[in-house]
Amino acid sequence: MKAQLVKMKSQVQKLNRSTRSNVITIGVIVIAYTICMSMIKAGNMSNLLQNLLVAMCYYAIMAVSLNLTVGILGQLSLGHAGFMCIGAFTGAFFSKIMVGTIDNVLIRFTLAILIGAAMAGLFGVLIGIVVLRLRGDYLAIVTLAFGEIIKNVLNVLYIGYDSRGIHFSVNDTASLNLEEGGMVIIKGAQGISGTPRNSTFTIGVILLILTYLVIVNLINSRSGRAIMAIRDNHIAAESIGIDITKYKILAFSISAALAGVAGVLYSHNIATVQSTKFGYNTSILILVFVVLGGMGNLRGSIIAAILLTVLPEYLRFMRDYRMLIYAIVLIVMMIFNWAPACVNWRKKHSLKGFIDNKIRKKAKEEA
Amino acid sequence: MEMLSVKNIGISFGGLQAVDSFSITINKGELYGLIGPNGAGKTTVFNLLTGVYKPDMGQIFLEGENITGLSTIEINKAGIARTFQNIRLFKNMSVLDNVKCGLHNNYKYSSASGILRLPSYFKTERIMNEQAYEILKVFDLDKEAKLLSSNLPYGKQRKLEIARALATNPKLLLLDEPAAGMNPSETEELMDTIRLVREKYDVTILLIEHDMKLVAGICEKIFVLNFGVKLANGLPQDVLNDPEVIKAYLGE
Repeated sequence: MKAQLVKMKSQVQKLNRSTRSNVITIGVIVIAYTICMSMIKAGNMSNLLQNLLVAMCYYAIMAVSLNLTVGILGQLSLGHAGFMCIGAFTGAFFSKIMVGTIDNVLIRFTLAILIGAAMAGLFGVLIGIVVLRLRGDYLAIVTLAFGEIIKNVLNVLYIGYDSRGIHFSVNDTASLNLEEGGMVIIKGAQGISGTPRNSTFTIGVILLILTYLVIVNLINSRSGRAIMAIRDNHIAAESIGIDITKYKILAFSISAALAGVAGVLYSHNIATVQSTKFGYNTSILILVFVVLGGMGNLRGSIIAAILLTVLPEYLRFMRDYRMLIYAIVLIVMMIFNWAPACVNWRKKHSLKGFIDNKIRKKAKEEA
Repeated sequence: MEMLSVKNIGISFGGLQAVDSFSITINKGELYGLIGPNGAGKTTVFNLLTGVYKPDMGQIFLEGENITGLSTIEINKAGIARTFQNIRLFKNMSVLDNVKCGLHNNYKYSSASGILRLPSYFKTERIMNEQAYEILKVFDLDKEAKLLSSNLPYGKQRKLEIARALATNPKLLLLDEPAAGMNPSETEELMDTIRLVREKYDVTILLIEHDMKLVAGICEKIFVLNFGVKLANGLPQDVLNDPEVIKAYLGE
């Protein structure tokens, strides 16, 4: 009886600890959000920073979602921006068609996000089935290729819309054969322009929190354990009956769908969406966020994404030397971020450690 | 009653016949030892039985059911679990989570109810935790449940691997050199654990081992393999005194 009680207590404590850590993370995001909002109200925030707020959100969502593939599943993907591209174009396409039909902005934008995520997730499944047979360097190269394929296909794609339905072409606007009054929505290399700018900082933060919760809950579930087992040792995972293909594709497609969400957020924040934005450079940039924040460390990904989005903008006064300094700062951060002394310092001064200590002390006093 | 019945299986890699016409019958509840000099093909036999390699010839039956050519996952679901010669734990996961991975196919809920934290998540996770702690207690690992599995001492890592294999609820357990790298007192403890596991979980065990003390101490029957072919098969005292076996191990 007593042993059972002790067991139950330890289980409750474990549950508390992981939930506590999530509550702290979300709490910090909400506090940061409140500070930003009050600064905007009071007029203390520079225009530069205000313009970056939504960008921080979608880059953080991208980083957290890529961390699911790279850090949790352990498969290197260099084509993550491709899924963002699919989400961005699908979401913007939907919003532009529906702008006259659905008047309620909130409903229209929510639908755009869901459709963008679903489309990116679908492509995640299709591409995942093909590429996840490969490992390591080969997988990296093939995902890179798929990312470029998505970008380049959208770069030549023309899509128009009239009363007869949707028309596709890869040549030019004229070959769409639109009726009079028809609308060309995706104009090849010119992309989509005039998407309603529905993305706000508030929506961005909500989506970031939702993304974080989806991934954290996934990690701490049966499927998440299977995914991490594949990362740690796929031979052993197979030997205890874990379906490797299924869980690889599951993780990859959830990661892709969340990248799609970031894409929709992006396309509704900017006047013109062009596919050239989603090339190799963006994929690598997101990977840098993940590596700097720590593989498998979701909180780290968010922090790294925010810092490295703000940094280059604040280095603009350096003019031509901007990217040079940015690169040097990046190298210095990479070297020192995971140095033992730095890790220890972070542990000692972290908010989570502080709260954990408080709770432990209180428990001791009571006992 | 026959638990495992293997009929003339064999495999070759290029020109090398790694295993040739290997046949063995293991009855329910038996503890069988598979021994042989280095390179005799013992681990290859394990890999054939668990579907890592597909046999070129022969058939494998588990409780009368033909499992030849099935995938590793299907064979595990049919009831064969194994450990590895070089420990293959999930290093970045806790001891508890390692065992819960073993319970993966026994307790199910969908990924969506995991993400949305539906009631089935909490219910199943609670049962999984209880089950996992029960298994860990048998191996005296319950106090280390929260520890990272790579931080366990070597002997306990070996035990955890057996615990994880047992969590899949197998009928037949294959142990690949469970005592490798252990000192005599650790080996002694392992022998006790293997005996306990057999009684408590009602499993049939086939083990590969080089430690003759362990083999002679707990195995009821021994199969000797040399260059992929059978050298001897029978009771421990007969097999270990067989001049052919002694010759294979020590030379003439």
